[in-house]
Amino acid sequence: MSQMTPLPSVVKSPSPARRAWQRFKQHRLGFGSLVLFVLLVVLSLGAELISNDKPLVARYEGHWFFPIVQDVPETRFGGDFESATDFLDPFIVRQFDKPGNFAIYPPNRSHHRTINYFAKAPNPAAPSADNWLGTDDRGRDVFARLLYGFRVSILFGLALTLTGVLLGVLTGALQGFYGGRTDLIAQRLIEIWSSMPELYLLIIFSAVLAPSTWLLLVLLSLFGWIGLSDYVRAEFLRNRQLDYVRAARALGLSNWQIIWRHILPNSLTPVVTFLPFRMSAAILALTSLDFLGLGVPPDTPSLGEMLSQGKNNLDAWWISLSTFAVLVVTLLLLTFMGDALRDALDPRKESQP
Amino acid sequence: MSDKPTLLDVQDLHVSFGDKEVVRGVSLRLARGEKLALVGESGSGKTITALSLLKLVPQGRVTGRALLTGPQGAPRDLLQLSEHALRGVRGKDVAVIFQEPMTALNPLFTIGDQIAEVIELHQATSRAEAWTRAVALLETTGIPEPARRAASYPHQLSGGQRQRAMIAMALACQPQLLLADEPTTALDVTVRTQILDLLAQLQRSHGMAVLMITHDLHMVRRFADRVAVMENGVLVEQGPVAEVFANPSHPYTRKLLDSRPVRDVVEAAPGQVLPQLVEAQAVQVSYPVPQPGIKGWFKSGRFVAVKSAQFKIEQGRTLAVIGESGSGKSTLALASLGLQPFEGTLRVSGQAWRFNAKADKPLRRVVQVVFQDPFSSLSPRMTVAELVAEGLAIHQPGLSEAQRQNKVIDTLRDVGLSEAQFPNLLGRYPHEFSGGQRQRLALARALVVEPQVLVLDEPTSALDVTIQKQILTLLQRLQRERGLSYLLITHDVEVVAAMAHDVLVMKDGDIVEQGPVDQVMRAPRHAYTKALLASSMFDTAPQA
Repeated sequence: MSQMTPLPSVVKSPSPARRAWQRFKQHRLGFGSLVLFVLLVVLSLGAELISNDKPLVARYEGHWFFPIVQDVPETRFGGDFESATDFLDPFIVRQFDKPGNFAIYPPNRSHHRTINYFAKAPNPAAPSADNWLGTDDRGRDVFARLLYGFRVSILFGLALTLTGVLLGVLTGALQGFYGGRTDLIAQRLIEIWSSMPELYLLIIFSAVLAPSTWLLLVLLSLFGWIGLSDYVRAEFLRNRQLDYVRAARALGLSNWQIIWRHILPNSLTPVVTFLPFRMSAAILALTSLDFLGLGVPPDTPSLGEMLSQGKNNLDAWWISLSTFAVLVVTLLLLTFMGDALRDALDPRKESQP
Repeated sequence: MSDKPTLLDVQDLHVSFGDKEVVRGVSLRLARGEKLALVGESGSGKTITALSLLKLVPQGRVTGRALLTGPQGAPRDLLQLSEHALRGVRGKDVAVIFQEPMTALNPLFTIGDQIAEVIELHQATSRAEAWTRAVALLETTGIPEPARRAASYPHQLSGGQRQRAMIAMALACQPQLLLADEPTTALDVTVRTQILDLLAQLQRSHGMAVLMITHDLHMVRRFADRVAVMENGVLVEQGPVAEVFANPSHPYTRKLLDSRPVRDVVEAAPGQVLPQLVEAQAVQVSYPVPQPGIKGWFKSGRFVAVKSAQFKIEQGRTLAVIGESGSGKSTLALASLGLQPFEGTLRVSGQAWRFNAKADKPLRRVVQVVFQDPFSSLSPRMTVAELVAEGLAIHQPGLSEAQRQNKVIDTLRDVGLSEAQFPNLLGRYPHEFSGGQRQRLALARALVVEPQVLVLDEPTSALDVTIQKQILTLLQRLQRERGLSYLLITHDVEVVAAMAHDVLVMKDGDIVEQGPVDQVMRAPRHAYTKALLASSMFDTAPQA
């Protein structure tokens, strides 16, 4: 590919992708959604710095500690046990209140697995100064669980989208490009594959194997690429008989070069348009499975598990309402982005500057 | 100007889309029973002018006046009518025929249904009566077996028959004015004249006026009483056809009339022996097609697209393949390019296609291709530099970056594209060029590997007439300078006359006639060649 890069003296005009990006930026709702979404993702990636039960920095009797990255035994702070320090223990808190000692805590003093043993109300506790969005039925902080749960959902959605795109583009491209018998056989295989009952397989596998996020990702990936492969196949079937592909063939380009350089870039529009919707579908799938108890292992923070708790504790409105709000905002942002992307990539607007 | 009463009086028509004005102050008068041709190149605003009269341009802002004098007295301004009142005018007083009859007819209804619907809508007759009228209308348009055809769906008819059905639908309510938007452009040449004659004949018998929108000057000469020429949304000239053609006053009209391609090629000297670059013997191309019924489950039939073609192309000469759509001429081009498997032998500079990427690679450099549609023959996501240099990377991998760039710039200059005209030429994308310029790009892309044979698959038929002439002139120059051989695929007799040394006439996969261009054009032997020549060269008057 190196020989195809333009010489330094050549200034490129805005490429079609770049012009689509310009159009996307003009779409205020979509672009705003993207900015907000990226902000939320960045914040959730730094969840340990926002919501954690360990101080970021601590100074105790002239020594510096970074409990967020190191485990410090309680005995270092005058406690009785060799185990890792519980920084929320009133005794430890008092130790740091002594002159010369201090600890800087994250804004919210709860990790997603922190149980508030010192809650003033029975679990689930209503929102208070300690737990901004209350606690769940095991005394864990709802805000912390939402933050970490959001991160798990997003990363899971991204991973599932990525594997889906890779598999879907690969199979769709091969079917569409070679067509004929290859296409016929592959299509039949896909039909058989897609008629497997996905949900039953998940239930069976989660009964047989130890449930884990990775297992879930693999299982969902096995079925998540089919819709996309159909789109890519159709685009390839359309593009491969266009004149520029024939002209490339007449120039003597290999199949691989034609696929990679000519057809693929011109076939990705539906893939890109599909991405946000695919991602919101992935998040929703994970949430539903968690809600049913077939998803991630019990300890993992998850929006679906929160919803299920909300259902079991209907009077604890703070659980269901806040989880619902996070889900709605996430899915809405993705949908707005998808809409804007679809507009930006609309071939009818392609000709406009 | 005719002394008949005025039917349509368009005054100072403006149409704009957003802040872009595409029709700027057009004034036209059309008398009862008059045939007016509105001529212009693509983008001149001729179609918008006609369609805006019936408010058929959805997003356009239309100002001005369009007075239509009804059968009973007072003229009405079409542009002021309500949508409801306009619906009464459309189809009844003013009917429209579109360019592409396949898309203008609803594929889910029989043509009889669609014609009867118009009759029912405007004349409130019973269904049975409307159907009878529809069949009668189909008969007047010369469709064989009209009663059976009325029950056919659009896809069951040929292009010409579909256009006849469209005409029957337009005539259903005996309109006073027929707007015909390029009614013959999508049809084959021999069918074109038939449709045109039918329109003229029906115009006479119905006494309606016709506003014909076209880019084809032959059609104007054959059909119209008066002609109006549009350029960039402005009406530059109008008058009686004979007058305008004999004595064009506006430079643009002169340019249009002068756009017939001129023959300017190195003629074959008698007795001269030139090296043969392409030799084809008994080339046959066939496709598998599904067989109907249960038999089709087990074996497929074969459709023969090209039947035992035999031809040769000498160095520096042009072989033109002429035929209508479906005659197999493009398939023959693909076979010559080694892109379509075939039976028989086809040697290019002595070597046969082997359909093996490695073995065929040297041949790929010898034969290159330019396709018809400049909008689909360039990948929209590659820059000019990437597009043109692509072939070099394969066939001359030893070149340095600087050598390669120089070669790209030289080739682009050779086809008439330079940095001076287009700043930052190499970094541009295809969408920044017009159709003619894209065709030059496609030409540069093919020429950069220095081929000896160029397959030109309808290289100019998607272009406007004036651009077509420029491209043909360029091709002639390149042939002279580089000694190129052309395999020219076309349906246009004029292009053949201007370019070819030898001609090959194809019909339904058969080569019905072949020989030197003079012989075939002057003294055609086969009936089909005669029909083809008669329908495309109906006016052989010297150029204006």
